[in-house]
Amino acid sequence: MIENKSISGRIRCFVIYVVVILLAVICLVPLWNIVCISFSSSGAVAGNRVGMWPVQFTLRAYEKIMGDSQFWRSFGISVVRVAIALGINLVMVVLMAYPLSKSKREFKARNIYMYLLVFAMLFNGGMIPTYLVVKELGLLNTVWSLILPGAVPIFSVIMVMNFFVGIPKSLEEAAIIDGATPFQVLLSVFIPCAKPSIATVALFSIVGNWNDFYSGLIYMTKVKNYPVMTYIQSLSVNLEELIKAGGSASALANAAEVSNQNLNAAKIVVAVIPLLLIYPLLQKYLITGIVMGSVKE
Amino acid sequence: MKKKNALKIRRRHSELSYHAMMLPGMIFLLIFSYIPMFGLWMAFQEYAPAKGILGSPWVGLMHFKYMSTLPDIGLLVRNTVVIALGKIVIGTVMAILFAILLNEVKNKLLKKSVQTIVYLPHFLSWVVLASVVVNFFNLDGSVNQMLGTLGMEKINFLGSNQLFQPLLIGTDVWKEFGYNSIVYLAAITAIDPGLHEAAAIDGASWRKRVWHITLPGMMPIILLMAAMNLSSILSAGFDQVYNLYSPMVYETGDILDTYVYRMGLISRQYSFGTAVGLLKSVIGMVLMVSSNGLAKKFTDRKIF
Repeated sequence: MIENKSISGRIRCFVIYVVVILLAVICLVPLWNIVCISFSSSGAVAGNRVGMWPVQFTLRAYEKIMGDSQFWRSFGISVVRVAIALGINLVMVVLMAYPLSKSKREFKARNIYMYLLVFAMLFNGGMIPTYLVVKELGLLNTVWSLILPGAVPIFSVIMVMNFFVGIPKSLEEAAIIDGATPFQVLLSVFIPCAKPSIATVALFSIVGNWNDFYSGLIYMTKVKNYPVMTYIQSLSVNLEELIKAGGSASALANAAEVSNQNLNAAKIVVAVIPLLLIYPLLQKYLITGIVMGSVKE
Repeated sequence: MKKKNALKIRRRHSELSYHAMMLPGMIFLLIFSYIPMFGLWMAFQEYAPAKGILGSPWVGLMHFKYMSTLPDIGLLVRNTVVIALGKIVIGTVMAILFAILLNEVKNKLLKKSVQTIVYLPHFLSWVVLASVVVNFFNLDGSVNQMLGTLGMEKINFLGSNQLFQPLLIGTDVWKEFGYNSIVYLAAITAIDPGLHEAAAIDGASWRKRVWHITLPGMMPIILLMAAMNLSSILSAGFDQVYNLYSPMVYETGDILDTYVYRMGLISRQYSFGTAVGLLKSVIGMVLMVSSNGLAKKFTDRKIF
């Protein structure tokens, strides 16, 4: 490291620290503001008096949520969806990554499968044909419509495949000499070796499925079947009306009152908590994952 | 001889197992990726749900001809490309600058805390962040309050056709610059520190070292990311736009994906929506393949 003790170096260092901290603050402030709103009284929120600290601190919004059965129903749908999707995604990724990590000599059809996968990644039928397929299968309004169209995360398959390629051949050969079948080799050699990349895939799956509101919007025709993000989306203030309300303060206050801004804020906070709980893991694995994914090959 | 045969049989058994492993995933891909591709057929039909895809009348390129007569379509493509390009260019520059600055922060605790905070928005859904953005930029939001105290007039960010695109680009950069900087930070740390030391001894200023050592060292990754981003130029971000736009800003805020959604699933013009989607998919695939070619040519790396 270069130690720069000159005055200009110190000024530079100071400026850099200030800029970096400022950027972090800019990232955090809007999020913190929502948290504060959720703990403030609806009057204070409607009057736009909530800044960086709750005004007239109250847990009313959270108490109300406790009794909101639709919110918990949607929350539950999302939990079930994430759990099932995680299981299916992991099984698919591991099962497909292993044969694809073989050379063409070991697995003759390998390249054909690979082309089929890459083509499905590059090109798709788009929203409407996919919707019609889901509809024809009778999956509309079921949790499966949220899970099955994304059952095979191709990008993740390729990532784990690359990881499998790097596992020493000798480990596999030793297991085969001991009489292990390919399934046993996969279970007892490859999966234990690839834990970090499988963890990355698992986190991709959890975050993607939890955050997705789009599938719910398209495949669920009844609000009672909405996953939590689609539910929150359907609550959000009717923007158009808010904008049309123009400058009139009373109309805006009215809109804010009707839409229960602090209640919505509390719902958002609760819906984000699961992600915050796994955030330390996300930081650890997704970052190695992203670096691995882009620097490799 | 016997041993060789045994090996052969074993290999055949293995291959069978490999096919078995591929099977479940391939079934899902067949149903949810390949069958919908055949569904693109309906872009050339007048699809009626009652008649199904086999019974609906064939209309050839009618929907595409109709599309080309719509004044909207040029606007849609322009909006999509302007918004996507703005996000890519400004987002990349911000991420690179941030990575360079963060690399100068030697205090481990501060560095870690800053990283924890700036990566966070990436993991939150646009559903959540749209509420945050609306809360900040609506007529009575914090930004307008600030403008008010500075004695300026209120600005209707979410309802203004001039400001809606910058708002989309700005908030997307805000969400992603931290996360995008990860790759660039990794590239910076891979640069040989000896180069910096030698240049410093020769009297090169910090700015000169960044310009002549850090940036050239990051170039392969920058090019790779640029090629990768190029392929998403027709995807300006459905989640974000859908959660922030309103009919007031359709003129500058409506993009191909939101248009397909409204045409196809709201107005139930299945065939027309599919035709627009097909055009987008084809151009997207061409861009993806050519950017992969570019990446291979300039950086010796492949995207896929």
